[in-house]
Amino acid sequence: MSDELAIEASGLAKSYGTVRVLNGIDLRVPCGSVFALLGPNGAGKTTTVRILATLSRADGGRARVAGFDVARDRHQVRRRISLTGQFAALDAAQTGEENLRMIARLAGLPRAAARRRAAELLEQFELTQAVGRRVGTYSGGLRRRLDLAAGLAGHPSVIFLDEPSAGLDPQGRLITWQVIAGLAASGVTVFLTTQYLEEADRLAGQIAVLNGGVVVAEGTAAELKRRVAAQRLDLTCPTAGAFGQVSQILADRVVHLDPAALTVGVATDGSAAQVRALLDEADPGRDLIASFAVRGATLDDVFFALTGGARCPAR
Amino acid sequence: MPGALIMAGRSLRLSVRSPDALLTALLLPVMLMVVFVYLFGGAVAIGTSYIEYVVPGVLLLCAVTGASTTAVTVCQDMTGGIIDRFRSLDVPGLVLLAGHVTASLLRNLVSTVLVVAVAVGLGFRPHSDPARLAAALGVLLLFVAAISWLAAAFGLAVSAPEAANGALFFLMFLCYASSALVPVRTMPWWLRGFARHQPATPVTETLRGLLLGQPAGGQLWAALGWCVGILTVSVLLSAVLFGRRTA
Repeated sequence: MSDELAIEASGLAKSYGTVRVLNGIDLRVPCGSVFALLGPNGAGKTTTVRILATLSRADGGRARVAGFDVARDRHQVRRRISLTGQFAALDAAQTGEENLRMIARLAGLPRAAARRRAAELLEQFELTQAVGRRVGTYSGGLRRRLDLAAGLAGHPSVIFLDEPSAGLDPQGRLITWQVIAGLAASGVTVFLTTQYLEEADRLAGQIAVLNGGVVVAEGTAAELKRRVAAQRLDLTCPTAGAFGQVSQILADRVVHLDPAALTVGVATDGSAAQVRALLDEADPGRDLIASFAVRGATLDDVFFALTGGARCPAR
Repeated sequence: MPGALIMAGRSLRLSVRSPDALLTALLLPVMLMVVFVYLFGGAVAIGTSYIEYVVPGVLLLCAVTGASTTAVTVCQDMTGGIIDRFRSLDVPGLVLLAGHVTASLLRNLVSTVLVVAVAVGLGFRPHSDPARLAAALGVLLLFVAAISWLAAAFGLAVSAPEAANGALFFLMFLCYASSALVPVRTMPWWLRGFARHQPATPVTETLRGLLLGQPAGGQLWAALGWCVGILTVSVLLSAVLFGRRTA
């Protein structure tokens, strides 16, 4: 095992009862990088994070985090990581400052150092206006930010973030993204999960796409995008017959099929030349396509392309 | 151990900031006292003044009321997001629970003082000396510790804080069906066996003996035995339940 890897997992498997949630997952995350695990609800993202953060035990396979085995050296791993889950892990009846101070103390800082660390984090996360207020009165975005700050209290070297922007408004999401980008710049390793291609794209150097408990694709955002075009051309046909013909002509390039709306989607880069060429090719007689639209690729399209037709269960 | 102190400080802060829990812990015991002395007191003829008889029993009721809150606070921690944070910070389960139990002990100390003060105001006069008073307080706190750990185990076993509230009713029943409020001899025959051989009776009788200057010897060992037994079983049970809950 290399010292350069912050997270290294091989063959991770986990079942709950008869439901197989993880079906042999391999991951390699270099130190100091931001890694995104992208997938729909129920893909196994949270289970993966919980195993890597030592909160759950895998049924099979093994994983090392920050140089230690997550099963055998749990305590060593816990000293080097932090986890910010989907639900705010804060006491609503304590103020933001009290929460941070408590967490810093639990992470092993002496009293005075914990107070300094709390003040530092409140400053860094622009939370100073909420210092003395109980967390119960915070907005969702503010709470999320405090939750992220709490994850840093003990100077972890690996940070796990489970859906860091879930339930946030666009502005809150933007702030969260800035915070995560800041973490990356400070040299810690960030492992995050997300349902949004855009989020993974913005934040992560490496992305693994998880579906049905297996990694279906892995690479940089650019590599994945090469496999799944960033945009989609939707062709809407006037009749069911035309719909059938167009789908046949485009064959394995189809990334989206909606028989009810008579719409066929293909990947495109959005350029006028390519759209024109695709229209000509799909509709040589100029009577098969009634209208078209170019839209941003959704996670659905990614899965459609990567899993060869498996629908993304989230949609 | 610093972790235990931090967790105890946290639990205490949370109880001070939860108005309904504080009200349950402080006001309810005083109300119970008034109810038993003035409402039921007149109807209970036991040969001595009822307030002298009932104050040790009310102290017990007050203890179970305060201690049962532990089930709710433990369950809230287990069902919220914070348990994952504590676990990833490597806080052992028993340390987290010990924090709740410590807060429960301190809450009960305050409510006990309050109840005794009100009792004295209503005419209760202990016939005791400082050593026996200290012994009574010691037995009561041991009982609170045992019942708090039992409540903590209950809080780990149930899946929602609302259900954790049920701990109070079981514990209250234990007090009602004991010598806490009425002598066991006045109960129907089928209840007497249970009433004599359950923890609330020897603990009440021990408190009564120590506070009223009567011999308490025989019941003292039974009381200590029950408390230590409940404490041991509850701590072990909590450890097992915590392990299972977080598996």
